Amino acid sequence: MSETIVYSAKKIITMNPSRPEATHVAVRDGRILGAGSLSELQTWGDVRLDERFKDKVLMPGFVEGHAHVMEGSLWSKVYCGWFDRADPDGKLWSGVKSVDAVVERLRAAEAALEDPAAAVSGWQLDPIYMDNITVTRADLDRVSTTRAVGVLHASGHIMNVNTKALELAGMMKTGHNHPGIPLGADGLPTGELKGPEVMTPVGPFVGFERNLLDADEAGLRNFAKLCVRTGTTTITDLASRMDEDTVDMMLRVTSEPHYPIRLMPFRFFLGLSAPELVETVLAMKKRATDRLRLGQIKIVVDGSIQGFSARLRWPGYHNGAPNGLWYIAPEHLSELLHLALEAGVQVHTHTNGDQATQLVLEKLATALQAHPNPDHRFTLQHCQLADAAQFRLAAKLGMCVNLFANHHYYWGDEHYNLTVGPDRATRMNACRTALDSGVPMAIHSDAPVTPLGPLFTAWAAVNRITASGRVQGEEERIDVSEALYAVTMGAAYTLHLDGEIGSIETGKKADFAVLEADPTACDPMELKDIPVWGTVQGGRIFPAAEL
Amino acid sequence: MGHRAGRPYFPGGRALKADIPVAVIGGYLGAGKTTMVNHLLRHAAGRRIAILVNEFGDLPIDEDLIEAEGEDMIAISGGCICCSFGSDLTAALIKLSELTPPPDHVVIEASGVAMPGTVALSISILPGFALSGVVVLADGERVQAQAEDDYIGDTIVRQLSDADVIVHSKTDLQPNERAIEAVESWLQAMAPQAKIVPTVRGRVPPDIILGLTGPTAKPQASPHADAGYESLAFREIPPCVPEDLARKLATSSYGVIRAKGFLRDAEGNSWVIQTVGRRFEAQRGQKSELDGVVCIGRRGDLQAAALHGLLGPAVSSSHI
Repeated sequence: MSETIVYSAKKIITMNPSRPEATHVAVRDGRILGAGSLSELQTWGDVRLDERFKDKVLMPGFVEGHAHVMEGSLWSKVYCGWFDRADPDGKLWSGVKSVDAVVERLRAAEAALEDPAAAVSGWQLDPIYMDNITVTRADLDRVSTTRAVGVLHASGHIMNVNTKALELAGMMKTGHNHPGIPLGADGLPTGELKGPEVMTPVGPFVGFERNLLDADEAGLRNFAKLCVRTGTTTITDLASRMDEDTVDMMLRVTSEPHYPIRLMPFRFFLGLSAPELVETVLAMKKRATDRLRLGQIKIVVDGSIQGFSARLRWPGYHNGAPNGLWYIAPEHLSELLHLALEAGVQVHTHTNGDQATQLVLEKLATALQAHPNPDHRFTLQHCQLADAAQFRLAAKLGMCVNLFANHHYYWGDEHYNLTVGPDRATRMNACRTALDSGVPMAIHSDAPVTPLGPLFTAWAAVNRITASGRVQGEEERIDVSEALYAVTMGAAYTLHLDGEIGSIETGKKADFAVLEADPTACDPMELKDIPVWGTVQGGRIFPAAEL
Repeated sequence: MGHRAGRPYFPGGRALKADIPVAVIGGYLGAGKTTMVNHLLRHAAGRRIAILVNEFGDLPIDEDLIEAEGEDMIAISGGCICCSFGSDLTAALIKLSELTPPPDHVVIEASGVAMPGTVALSISILPGFALSGVVVLADGERVQAQAEDDYIGDTIVRQLSDADVIVHSKTDLQPNERAIEAVESWLQAMAPQAKIVPTVRGRVPPDIILGLTGPTAKPQASPHADAGYESLAFREIPPCVPEDLARKLATSSYGVIRAKGFLRDAEGNSWVIQTVGRRFEAQRGQKSELDGVVCIGRRGDLQAAALHGLLGPAVSSSHI
């Protein structure tokens, strides 16, 4: 018979309501045999007591329901963000607060390069926090005039490049007539490139050669390290294009004995017709393993609120900007929902604006009449501007929501002042209303848009503080226990995994977040600062310090 | 149309190749884009056309035209191809430019919710390509209701406002001429910048979609002159201000949908002019042996007499 190990802990927060706390947990074959007292667990017979966690607090491994493997890939480039951020190796990069600081950090990276043709690539620049200053090619020419230099903004939709990069791409010339290519007084591009179609021709010259939606092997490994450091044991890649080679690579890497996470990639909806997409995803589902849960679809319905490309209902944008863009035609959405329901394939839909959310609710309501399914758990991702009626309807239809709690911290002030105005900014990512409406709810980081960190995400939903330090929407705050539920059971539910993970109870996977302090006992303002020792995943132990 | 000042700088020694003309085809789902593209491929007449579509499926290409099918490329009889670009149009265009030989024409079939004007803008930054026009299809039976729809109304209106040419499709499904005219005047009011062409089953002459090649030695006879269009060719045009002439052809009531010409100014410099819808451009060009202008328009609409006044007598006229 397999060995049974009993771990002692300072406290075990189980998220199992019939036994919320325990001091010991027994693990056999990578699964939880039980949680309780040592004497209770000794009734299983011969057990080995392991006391390595006796000073730690154990929680169910955190579940991140909306992230991108890209977070792992981007760390091969130079971090240029405003906020301090830890890399996969645990190094804390301080936020850069000025253009000079950006240049200095890129220069340091440049000096370390040996190949004279190599590019210098940075990511996560966010001029919103620097009074919207424009970075120019002259700034980046100070990094190098012989190498191409490119820095991707936090939004992912703007890039700054130097003169050399423009030359290599054939764009260093006058006569451009494109809103995405601002020109200087000399008629030449300033080096700011706005929008994917403008960035793509330069991308290969500045180190952004791949489609960032495709997971790469190094990125997949880095991503897993970030998960261990944040206590995350199950996470989504939402979404990936998932060609044959990528799926093979993901299967190979995730099956390695020490790969520490369970990954659930969603297939991006573009590139195949609706019937082919469903067929492809069904075929992928047959190849799923415990650590690579293939077989779901993600649809992007609209754009982003801060990019003014989200679809809003009346009265639209606060600053009068025209309504945003549809990324899928309503008929196409409807067809996909019908086919997916019929085939039993789960769909998560990105809807930022409330009009996009409304469209999904209406189309799903109709599709469900044709293909009733009481437990589909189709999930509204982001769903940032939903009102109470929409949450109620989502609950009635059997939908889940995954709200973007981190967004509220990073862009809440901008939404209040510019995009949607005070009323709607106050009710954005309305966790309280969602829970009161009875809709199953998760909260997320959308890493790399904001850093991965379920405890930070919980903190954001509990406190609703914006980057400027204001509490925005205090009525929509939730309790610590509700927030911790959202980053464990809540997210697991949206992924149809609540029977396997999300709580520490008999039969579930032995997935634990190992914490240095008790998140239910600290000041809610300190939730985000609780140190994470590492994880246990499927009974395998991963100390962050040994990654 | 690329408003370029001088030759663009091309990396990798591509400077000597002419830009590949790119037509953008837009319009909402069901407006008839796929039908029109298939008609175009059937009448490619030796042109090697590359069609770019968002995705395969729902048969983007009629089966009898397909010679071979790969994961993201379909080979079509007559040297044409169809490629899917998923979400990365720019990357797909760069790949096309690397083909040997490159295609003669590129046609982008934009998705039903895409803004064709935005797609057109993205072409302007790619070395080696030049926009030849934005063609937007409108389903005559449904477009007015679609424009009122809560969800897609503004998308429809923005698509129409991006058009150089609006193809008013499925006119055979309308009860009578009056109904067709009513839709056309509505379309014209929505899109005053566009020229409107009616069509049945996508039968739009390739020259309207792809652009004209310019004056040729022989008038191009169409294999089946049933679509109701006329082309007029003019030669030996006296020295002029090319930009003024292009502006007149595009914006006055000559009924010209597209025009292309090789001209000389008073100093004897050679120019190329092109118009599509109400858009025009005049660029300095190589000296051509075949100076002249070709205009295409709807039969009965094209004002031969007025054009005669502007350009001299037509040397040829053909129904296409």
